Amino acid sequence: MFITPLPETKIVAGQQVELLIRGEGQNLLFLHAGHGFEPDDPLVAALSRHYRVYAPSHPGFGASDRPDHLNSVEDLVFFYLDLIEQFDLRDLIVVGVSFGGWLAAELATRGTGRIAKLVLIDAVGVKFSGRETRDIVDIFATTIEQIPGLFFHDEQIGMRQFGGLDFKAMSLASTTRFARNRESILLFGWSPTLYNPKLLRRLYRVHVPVLVLWGADDQIVATSYGKQYAAAFEHGVYREVAGAGHYGYLEKPAEFAAAVTEFLATKSPVEV
Amino acid sequence: MEFWHFCEQSMHPAWEKIDGPTKVLVDNRFCEPEVAHKLYNRYLDEWMIADQLGFNIFVNEHHASANCMSASCLLTLAILARQTKNARLLCLGVPVTNRTDPYRVAEELAMIDVISGGRLEIGLVKASPFELAMSNQSPARIMDRYWEAHDFIVKALTHQGAPFSWEGEFYNYRNVNVWPRPYQQPMPPMWITASGPTTGRKIAQLGYVMATFFNGAGTKPLYDAYKDEYRKTHGRPAPIDRFAYLAMVVCGRNEAEVLERVKKVKPYLEVQPRTPKAWSNPPGYENVEMNARALNSGVTGRINFGLPANPSLADMAEGGILFAGTPDQLYEQMVKFSDRCGGIGRMLMLSQAGYLSHDETVDTMQLFAAEVAPRLREYARLKNEEIVQAAE
Repeated sequence: MFITPLPETKIVAGQQVELLIRGEGQNLLFLHAGHGFEPDDPLVAALSRHYRVYAPSHPGFGASDRPDHLNSVEDLVFFYLDLIEQFDLRDLIVVGVSFGGWLAAELATRGTGRIAKLVLIDAVGVKFSGRETRDIVDIFATTIEQIPGLFFHDEQIGMRQFGGLDFKAMSLASTTRFARNRESILLFGWSPTLYNPKLLRRLYRVHVPVLVLWGADDQIVATSYGKQYAAAFEHGVYREVAGAGHYGYLEKPAEFAAAVTEFLATKSPVEV
Repeated sequence: MEFWHFCEQSMHPAWEKIDGPTKVLVDNRFCEPEVAHKLYNRYLDEWMIADQLGFNIFVNEHHASANCMSASCLLTLAILARQTKNARLLCLGVPVTNRTDPYRVAEELAMIDVISGGRLEIGLVKASPFELAMSNQSPARIMDRYWEAHDFIVKALTHQGAPFSWEGEFYNYRNVNVWPRPYQQPMPPMWITASGPTTGRKIAQLGYVMATFFNGAGTKPLYDAYKDEYRKTHGRPAPIDRFAYLAMVVCGRNEAEVLERVKKVKPYLEVQPRTPKAWSNPPGYENVEMNARALNSGVTGRINFGLPANPSLADMAEGGILFAGTPDQLYEQMVKFSDRCGGIGRMLMLSQAGYLSHDETVDTMQLFAAEVAPRLREYARLKNEEIVQAAE
């Protein structure tokens, strides 16, 4: 999920960002999860067959710059507002996974003038339960060795996605990407842990269709959370994929891609 | 050389019942309040005896730990500020990156300095990685936060006159006005801990006392970096009192007594490092470059305090972990280690650790004070003269 750099580098909002731009068609912004993504990400590949996909590494992730003043999710949201304006993206589909789903939801609450549809995959970002119940596992209290078993339904797939956790066999550039991603997700998500207490009450502002898509065996955020997330939107629908964990979209890529493309291809009652 | 009595205020009677981590996650039912009551008072008594014997005093704090029940080094010092008469009082330190409120830290420091009649020595530390689990303060950009807290505390303690405001990146205050002002003007002496040369140079620029803990072979390069930077910054050699070192110290009259005491303190070395793995190095606590290199090399820190497996007493003394012996042996071990490092001016002595009883701790301190300390004082005085003369 982190080993290979993305092919392109651009200056966005005054800072260097690595990204992948692929495919033709309606614009689609892909916002990756906290552990990053590979240039051959299967969902990105599937979506790029129908859409023009813009997939950057968030500031602080991969090889994208993270100046000191950029230290909150709100800063990332402003960064993506800038990116959307700079590339003049309109009628935009925003797809976010996990932490990227949080960013997608935040972005949409800032106004959906340029956004057509939203897809949140095993997203974090909101708080539903009371003060003594966590909705989201405290990933910062877990070890690197726990990642494959915790984030994936099938630990073996998780191990492959993380290079077998054989960091010694990796280049220093790759372990640097891994360490940067880990530091940045902590910077942005430390406390409150991976949510914004204000976000839930702002979701009503999202007037476009939203697909909330979940791995049925997500151990980081349960399916019940996904269902509540979907219900919090004006036009939210919830779907889940069996045999898939928090990063289930890498375990059942065809099923996730099919669910997303079907949602995107279906004309929603709210679209005129 | 100066000598600082240190003890971590451990809940050692519970150790044998604890399986697994001794901090962060350790069940607090292992901390029996009646036992804790007796232990706290015992440790305070030992510091008061240390005061009478001519030692200075060094206290620390940790959180959710069976190895250290001191939840606030300033609470401990507040008691000792009143209860002791002569000792310098060192907190090493206040983990400012755990504190949400450095203003309050400055106020408490000033109060201790005034109550003690100017005996406070201020140590500000980064905080141990696992403490961030309890304080909930972010490991990310921790050193940026550390230095802002440091700058704020220095200004708050030294500022005189009309209140000032502070609108920093991490801390905001509309009306800073510390009452009382410190007894020592412009402010009490400052200490910072370091293990690597980069931090060492920064401390040298500030001219603060630099302490290093159980650093063994890493000490000389650290001290050398400090000396080099100190000379560049201040135009003179760094006096020996800038260099502090922490090790365990056991003293006995004969080999049998020494071995008996070593047996009691050694469990500390096994219990102390038992940190839950997730909290041993949270992302951000060390910089990305360091973490990336550690992953790449597979080396994630010093194992077993940098000692060989089953270390002998000689290994432990040479490694700067545990100095143990009769007064003559202790003197030799400490001089040898100090010489290897380029001169230690302040020996921080973990003289109570593990299961060492009150009587044994006091006996160790008495023996050391009577038979070792005077000789080491003379050694350090001559060593410092060498440094000064070499400069002239």
